[in-house]
Amino acid sequence: METVLILGATSDIGIATAKKFASSGYNIQLAARKPAELDAVKSDIEIRYKVDCTIHAFDALQFHSHAAFFERLNPKPDITISIFGTMYEEDDAFNEWDLTQMMIDVNYTGVVSILNIAAKYYTERKTGSIIGISSVAGDRGRASKLIYGSSKAALTAYLAGLRNKCFKDNVHVMTVKPGFVYTRMTEHLPLPKALTSTPNEVASLVYDAYVKRKNTIYVKWFWRYIMLIIKNIPEFQFKKMKL
Amino acid sequence: MNKKLANWGNYPVIEGDEETFVFADQLDRLIEKEQPYIARGNGRCYGDASLAERTISTLKFDKILSFNIADGVFECQSGITLDQILAVIVPEGWFLPVTPGTKFITIGGALGSDVHGKNHHVDGSISNHVIEFDLVLESGEMILCSADNYPDLFEATLGGMGLTGVISRVKFRLKKIETSYIKQKQVKAKNLQELITLFDTYKDYTYSVAWIDCLKKGDGFGRSILLLGEHATINDLDEGKKADPLKMPGNKQITFPINMPWWVLNKLTVKAFNFLYYGKNFKKEINNVVSYEPFFYPLDKILHWNRLYGKKGFVQYQFVLPLDAKDGLIEIMHRISDEGLGSFLAVLKVFGKQESMISFPKEGYTLALDFPVRNGLLEFLDELDKIVLKYNGRLYMSKDARMKPETLQSGYPELDRFKSIIKKYNPQGKIRSAQSDRLLLTGTK
Repeated sequence: METVLILGATSDIGIATAKKFASSGYNIQLAARKPAELDAVKSDIEIRYKVDCTIHAFDALQFHSHAAFFERLNPKPDITISIFGTMYEEDDAFNEWDLTQMMIDVNYTGVVSILNIAAKYYTERKTGSIIGISSVAGDRGRASKLIYGSSKAALTAYLAGLRNKCFKDNVHVMTVKPGFVYTRMTEHLPLPKALTSTPNEVASLVYDAYVKRKNTIYVKWFWRYIMLIIKNIPEFQFKKMKL
Repeated sequence: MNKKLANWGNYPVIEGDEETFVFADQLDRLIEKEQPYIARGNGRCYGDASLAERTISTLKFDKILSFNIADGVFECQSGITLDQILAVIVPEGWFLPVTPGTKFITIGGALGSDVHGKNHHVDGSISNHVIEFDLVLESGEMILCSADNYPDLFEATLGGMGLTGVISRVKFRLKKIETSYIKQKQVKAKNLQELITLFDTYKDYTYSVAWIDCLKKGDGFGRSILLLGEHATINDLDEGKKADPLKMPGNKQITFPINMPWWVLNKLTVKAFNFLYYGKNFKKEINNVVSYEPFFYPLDKILHWNRLYGKKGFVQYQFVLPLDAKDGLIEIMHRISDEGLGSFLAVLKVFGKQESMISFPKEGYTLALDFPVRNGLLEFLDELDKIVLKYNGRLYMSKDARMKPETLQSGYPELDRFKSIIKKYNPQGKIRSAQSDRLLLTGTK
């Protein structure tokens, strides 16, 4: 039976994704900064889906711990899914370097650090899958998502490069770009219902796309076209807009 | 973010926040905030019980913590809904000890309302099967409640409409089953008198409930169908079903698409509905084996069936009268029939004995009816309240959106003790709902 590693397992999308893969028979490895919180998620997954579920401490910012973290995983996961990320108020981040750096380090540097390690393992083994959760916010830089968007843009570029690098070794790399999602991160925001997905919808779409070995998916699909329009607005016009 | 909040009756609708938590420390942080709050599950009570300007939704706190397949003890967080529990326990040969007519309620809500089912006369309400639960007070302190530990809080929480604290974890006993099927018997009663006799004749059945056409007058007044059931044993199943006796029912659902305009539900449609339901049972008695799903949850198949009542919503009126108050039952049903305000779901059930502080069930007849909200309804229901109280009855808070504080006070002799327990454990009065404010349960703001 195959095993899935969920990095960022305490997030709403992390839990939903773990449950989705577990319901399809995969064993689950839950990794998060505060592993003690995951006891209930573990028992829930084991009882509902009758698969094995283990808990692992993982801190995205402790880059030098990542190799040992991956080394200790037994068995090694067949699929590594990176879900962790963080978002601060952009105005706060703009005024406070620590917050800016935190967003860059969690959303980009931390992901690159752990996925480099997973990719190395998979390319040597000549099989494996990597799924990275980026964001539509990375498709074009704009004021309201200044730092968050640029960290996700970097991540999107990294995942595309990784896909290219690993292709010859039969390693599947998938980029997931959610639009609005109802999570604890966005609970206080008035999101347009028609454009917003639930964590369960994200998880289902990720699973279906994984099965079909997709390269890049937007969640939901129409975000591809929304972003296509946004990307095609000429810069001389775009820079004057409030987005 | 403020949004419109309503429960199943879509009445009342209020502006409020709905905050969620996935982990216990997140709940702590929500409780630390200054604004008052009430816990909220899946919003399947009918009135204003889980409504407030600030609600704490338990829906993401929905993890299963343990399930002992040998002895049927189940432990979970409070936000899990009964349909999710059934999906896990039925294939292992266990069933909910008590279930209401919908499986889309949370276990926390089940305790807060101390729900009853078709087996109340045999198994009591859900509180009878609860081993222990954790309750988080307004101070943030978490208390393990059981019959022996904080018995006053234990009792006041079961049926206490969330006013003692946020139930966070529940451990309860399940019921052993051999199959996922129900051996069902449907008996036609030509009037209320016959129905009451039939209830008595069949009182040994584990499950019993009656559907009444309450608009029928004259000799046929109270014509009804008595629905009886037992969990089927392997031997009750035909060869096809025997192959997979604990099979889960399929979950095909239909969504009721739009709010109907109110006038659709006039007298005629009510009569037509009742006639159809009645006419289906052309024989005096029907015996068959069905999946548990249509037996317990016939309306769950139609998602959002509450939209049938239109935008203005509806009020469900459920009362219980003592066994010796048959006259009261007849009087109330006559009043409803005369008024013609329409109620095509009239459900009658006989409760067994129950002693509790604030739970609704007590020995007697309980009748539940829906009324679409329209002019004159609230006045009419106030009149019904008077009859209920005259016969020493009371109303179910989980269905309530409109009763007066005096009505509650008269119906629940231990109400003052309940209020004092709320005050003892939550002296700041931070835990409150639209209902508790209306019913003066939680003091002034």
